[in-house]
Amino acid sequence: MGILINKDTRVVCQGITGQAGSFHAERMLEYGTKLVAGITPGKGGSTHHGIPVFDSVLEATKNTGANASVIYVPAPFAADAIMESSEAGIELVVCITEGIPTFDMIKVKKYLTNKKTRLIGPNCPGIITPDACKIGIMPGYIHKLGSVGVVSRSGTLTYEAVWQLTQRGLGQSTCIGIGGDPIVGTDFVDVLRLFQEDKDTQAIVLIGEIGGSAEEEAAEVIQQEITKPVIGFIAGSTAPPGKRMGHAGAIISGNKGTAISKITALKNAGVAIADSPADIGETVARLIK
Amino acid sequence: MKVYEFQAKDILKKYGVCVPRGKAISHGHDASKIFQEIGCNRCVVKAQALAGGRGKGGGIQFANTPAEAQKYAASLLGTHLVTHQTSQKGIEIKYVLIEEAVSFKKELYFAITIDRSLQTPILIASIEGGMEIEEAAKKSPDSIIKEPIDIFFGVHPFQIRRIASKLDIAGISSTILNNLITNLFSAFVHNDCSLLEINPLAITVNDGLCALDAKMDIDDNALYRHPEFEQMSQYQDLSPVEVLAKKYKLSYISLDGNIGCLVNGAGLAMATMDIIKLHGGEPANFLDVGGDASLEQVTQAFKIILSDSKVKAILINIFGGIMKCDVIASGIIQAVKEVGIHIPLVMRLEGTNVDIAKKILTNSGLSIISAKDMKEAASLVVRASK
Repeated sequence: MGILINKDTRVVCQGITGQAGSFHAERMLEYGTKLVAGITPGKGGSTHHGIPVFDSVLEATKNTGANASVIYVPAPFAADAIMESSEAGIELVVCITEGIPTFDMIKVKKYLTNKKTRLIGPNCPGIITPDACKIGIMPGYIHKLGSVGVVSRSGTLTYEAVWQLTQRGLGQSTCIGIGGDPIVGTDFVDVLRLFQEDKDTQAIVLIGEIGGSAEEEAAEVIQQEITKPVIGFIAGSTAPPGKRMGHAGAIISGNKGTAISKITALKNAGVAIADSPADIGETVARLIK
Repeated sequence: MKVYEFQAKDILKKYGVCVPRGKAISHGHDASKIFQEIGCNRCVVKAQALAGGRGKGGGIQFANTPAEAQKYAASLLGTHLVTHQTSQKGIEIKYVLIEEAVSFKKELYFAITIDRSLQTPILIASIEGGMEIEEAAKKSPDSIIKEPIDIFFGVHPFQIRRIASKLDIAGISSTILNNLITNLFSAFVHNDCSLLEINPLAITVNDGLCALDAKMDIDDNALYRHPEFEQMSQYQDLSPVEVLAKKYKLSYISLDGNIGCLVNGAGLAMATMDIIKLHGGEPANFLDVGGDASLEQVTQAFKIILSDSKVKAILINIFGGIMKCDVIASGIIQAVKEVGIHIPLVMRLEGTNVDIAKKILTNSGLSIISAKDMKEAASLVVRASK
């Protein structure tokens, strides 16, 4: 039933009493997510939306058996929140917070090495397995249970793609926004491999954007390991070239990073590319008919 | 946030990196006095620009007398410098740096940046310093040394030995190279840099290492813990509208077309530009109001688009997640109340609180062309713009 999460996933919400945390905790509950605890240091012992609030993640896991966490805490405290969850034994941490300093994330990634925790994000919409579990900020109603796996670096563009699928009657197995920051916990390659192994996923939609080389790396893995049909879209084909300072970026990335480089790499790996962002659903429909 | 060369050099000096003696001045200040203060035979007058290619663009001049220094400084200050990395209009030169012209035997390239694939800082060094480093990287990749740096350990001594042997710079003591690399990395980490580039790094006639140029880019997300950079920020490479957008934490880039765009999320904003072009239109801007914009931010965003005289039609494309559609609707109504609107407005709303938003818009009586999806929105706005 999809990847990483299912109807038995037990979620804690870090930052549940904050504005964003509170609003989206309520939406997750409405969707049917098993949200079992909230975390706000100093507010332990109270309840929020009828959910017990704890001072620390460790207390929450001990008392509720939570195994996933969603983070809405402000950027200066988000890195610590991720590591706190990992230390408490949480297996899946979904960090919604945007604006975390790059160095904080480099340190977090190092911290997570050899730990059992998988991080999704930061600066991402989260993960959803339709009709089972929604961890994040995506509007629930646009999703429909089915067999298309969706993975994307973008937030709202993911919703766009999912909505196009749903309107054509094409449901999703799991949808994951991996986040748009330079350093993310889970990348395209990780998710592609999970979808490849997932029995319920028959086709994969990959949505990328200009910058970095994650799409080129994904293309290599698609070529070598992925036997399921992959449909892609790259945002930013028409974006004017950025004012780049210095040469270091170019030396590191070579010719990668442009829309052309990404589209070419994906096409060469057999990915069906939608030329227009409005044609993502249609391209999937054509391919899996 | 990019900082000027002279600001970067001031920072580097604090970390013990050797930089030429010098001082930056703005318009109306006396460059000849600086020449005399430095007390050397030859100075270089460098236009301060947050873009590369200054040398080729005429922004770097050598002065042999105080009078020459003054002449060059006056000829640069207040003018617009055009290089291959600027727009055609160029960027206004507000500062020039006057510094000692250091005699050197060789120019090296040194940089530290973040390698997104390796997810770690990486040091790049090459014996081929100067203006053609990217060419060198393409033609002879082996001449480029890359050493990933552990964020917790810093640069290991064995890595420095490896760099020294690959660079093959006989005459430079291992202590000097060790200090330089260690100091550069400290400056990089302590200032939350995303880029620190020294090109060229000169091997001086006395076998020292001196940073003749410095490019420094600070991670915007980390600025909250560096209040010292606040007074530094000049946003030289931004237009007044872009500066206003920055103040309201909106991601805005001005473009040449006539269709104003207001979108939430960078990916969807780029895709919206793509689809406008596919339908034969030209976007006037990129505007991402962000994940969780307030009413005020949305109002300001819409006012920024309305203030652009080349905009002939506006497309609002919102897929609400953390961003609530009703906040967008209220922000737009607020902006229209304040400044009015006389051009067609095409709107596509979907996602969180979309029904509330639609009710708010209907009740406002605002004239809106509604689109059911992205394709229809693009085709309607392109038609309206012509």
